[in-house]
Amino acid sequence: MKNRLIVVVFLSLFSALSWASSSAVLDHMEPNLADKASLQKGAKTYINYCFGCHSTKYARYERIADDLGIPHDQFMDNLVFSDAKIGELMHIAMPEKSAKAWFGATPPDLTLVTRLRGVDWMYSYLRAFYQDASRPWGVNNKIFPDVGMPHVLYELQGTQILDCTGNHNDSSHETCADLKLVEGSGALSAEQYDEVVYDLVNFLHYMGDPSREQREALGIKVLIFIFIFFIAAWFLNREFWRDIH
Amino acid sequence: MSTKTGLLGWIDDRLPVVKAYETHMSKYYAPKNFNFWYFFGAIAMVVLVNQILTGIWLTMSYEPSAEGAFASVEYIMRDVEWGWLLRYMHSTGASAFFVVIYLHMFRGLLYGSYQKPRELIWIFGMAIYLILMAEGFFGYLLPWGNMSFWGAQVIVSLAGAIPVVGEDLALWVRGDFLISGITLNRFFALHVVALPIVLIALVVLHLLALHEVGSNNPDGVDIKKHKDKDGIPLDGVAFHPFYTVHDLVGIAVFLFVFSIVVFYFPEMGGYFIEHANFEPANGLKTPEHIAPVWYYTPFYAMLRAIPDKFGGLIVMGGAIAIMFVLPWLDRSPVKSIRYKGWASKGFIVAFAISFVILGVLGAIPSSDGRTILAQVCTVIYFAFFMLMPFYTKAEKTKPVPERVTG
Repeated sequence: MKNRLIVVVFLSLFSALSWASSSAVLDHMEPNLADKASLQKGAKTYINYCFGCHSTKYARYERIADDLGIPHDQFMDNLVFSDAKIGELMHIAMPEKSAKAWFGATPPDLTLVTRLRGVDWMYSYLRAFYQDASRPWGVNNKIFPDVGMPHVLYELQGTQILDCTGNHNDSSHETCADLKLVEGSGALSAEQYDEVVYDLVNFLHYMGDPSREQREALGIKVLIFIFIFFIAAWFLNREFWRDIH
Repeated sequence: MSTKTGLLGWIDDRLPVVKAYETHMSKYYAPKNFNFWYFFGAIAMVVLVNQILTGIWLTMSYEPSAEGAFASVEYIMRDVEWGWLLRYMHSTGASAFFVVIYLHMFRGLLYGSYQKPRELIWIFGMAIYLILMAEGFFGYLLPWGNMSFWGAQVIVSLAGAIPVVGEDLALWVRGDFLISGITLNRFFALHVVALPIVLIALVVLHLLALHEVGSNNPDGVDIKKHKDKDGIPLDGVAFHPFYTVHDLVGIAVFLFVFSIVVFYFPEMGGYFIEHANFEPANGLKTPEHIAPVWYYTPFYAMLRAIPDKFGGLIVMGGAIAIMFVLPWLDRSPVKSIRYKGWASKGFIVAFAISFVILGVLGAIPSSDGRTILAQVCTVIYFAFFMLMPFYTKAEKTKPVPERVTG
């Protein structure tokens, strides 16, 4: 153990650690926290599809209800399926040990996932599942190869397959650049699905730093105050130094 | 007896408050030709106060345990009233401290502020810098994020490269075979109690030593040589009110920039708060790219530039140690860069550029080409100091004016 650790440390120091997770190009999305409807739809998707396995244990239901403008009783009726009270942290019922046994890895908590990986990564990842019979859940992911997670939004998106038309000889995952949606295999159109994912990631972006709106709104006031203070200090300084040559 | 009456007189008879105020504020005469570079001492003081105050309030809600630390930081960010502001002011303040201190130190280099009779001021300042680096390192473990863990793991393991005692030393520092809750608890004690006390004591010494010999200035001339009939330097102005109002302007500008970061870019693109620190410490999951926070990266780049681990450690330690003896390396008859020769000017520019390049190299993954560049910059860094006794003595200096030039 100790030796292995030294090797790890040594490697991390001297070998540059340039094995970037994936060279796949990410699709860009611009989060919009002012769009409360989008955040509400994202919350709904999150609770319905993700929250069974992924906790958001640093956040509280009540804060989300308040920040997103959802009345408490409506929130409790539609988005809280356990006996949790509205002020509680968003834990899940699935024990971590069982989760590890079932999926091979414990599904990570998602409170801070957008701050860890970035919104572009999330947006791309959730749209990058494709059919792969060699994997336990029948799907693989372009952005996160050999991921342990099944395609939970499958019923919405439908089947995507690797499009290897550009590469005649090799059909390995690395060289098949594009994913092709099998038309009509999902409940939503490609555009609708992108929108669902956008709202979901937008919501997770809010979740990562819920004080962001308050922070940015306060920031401008603070800056204006400091600017006025600066002008006062500037004239005070000029007055005092008037006679010093 | 005091010349004051009333309560102040009563206190002054028992404690020299009036004398202290006059010595350090109203009758401390500073050269009137301070420029832009002279703001950073006062600003460093503001940042120190910011770190201490926000730190105290963060401590009220932080939980120093491996089980609770990460969650308690998120509790501060989400549930504690204004907790996010305290946390971002503290995390941004840490980086701001180093920005300000690096500029403050560079001012000393530019104007020879370390030269006789200010050697002790410089040494106290270097000690402050050293303690500050330790403070930043210990503090970085406290959020118990994955980069906290691996950063501490890598740096503490460096001690393991020291022959004979290395492994035991690393074990002693960690208190465990790996970075663990035990390490977290001791780092917490050092970060919030031990080092702040040392830091404040050193700042007091730094200022006492400064006020004993007086401030240097961009011309590097001694203002005490020319005094009026009352014994007040002709080129000096009372620190209060002249420099208090002057510093106020600089502090306002600093706070403006600081607030832009706190309110709009608290992560600073991953340089002030690293992305990998948004998942809890995990000894089984190494982050893809372990980089120390930006203010250590010049030294980290030197460490990586040396193929031998222990050799790298020596070079890294030497890079900091050599700054302590700077007052005895400079043999120039003049203080300020304004009157030094071309060699000094060339070396200080090369030094500054190398330091910045090393800082960038330490933050990004290395490659063969980058390692060579880091080696070149390391050589320039050391050449600046080691050749200083020669080029400062050999070069032709310009005549220094009798009085400050404004």
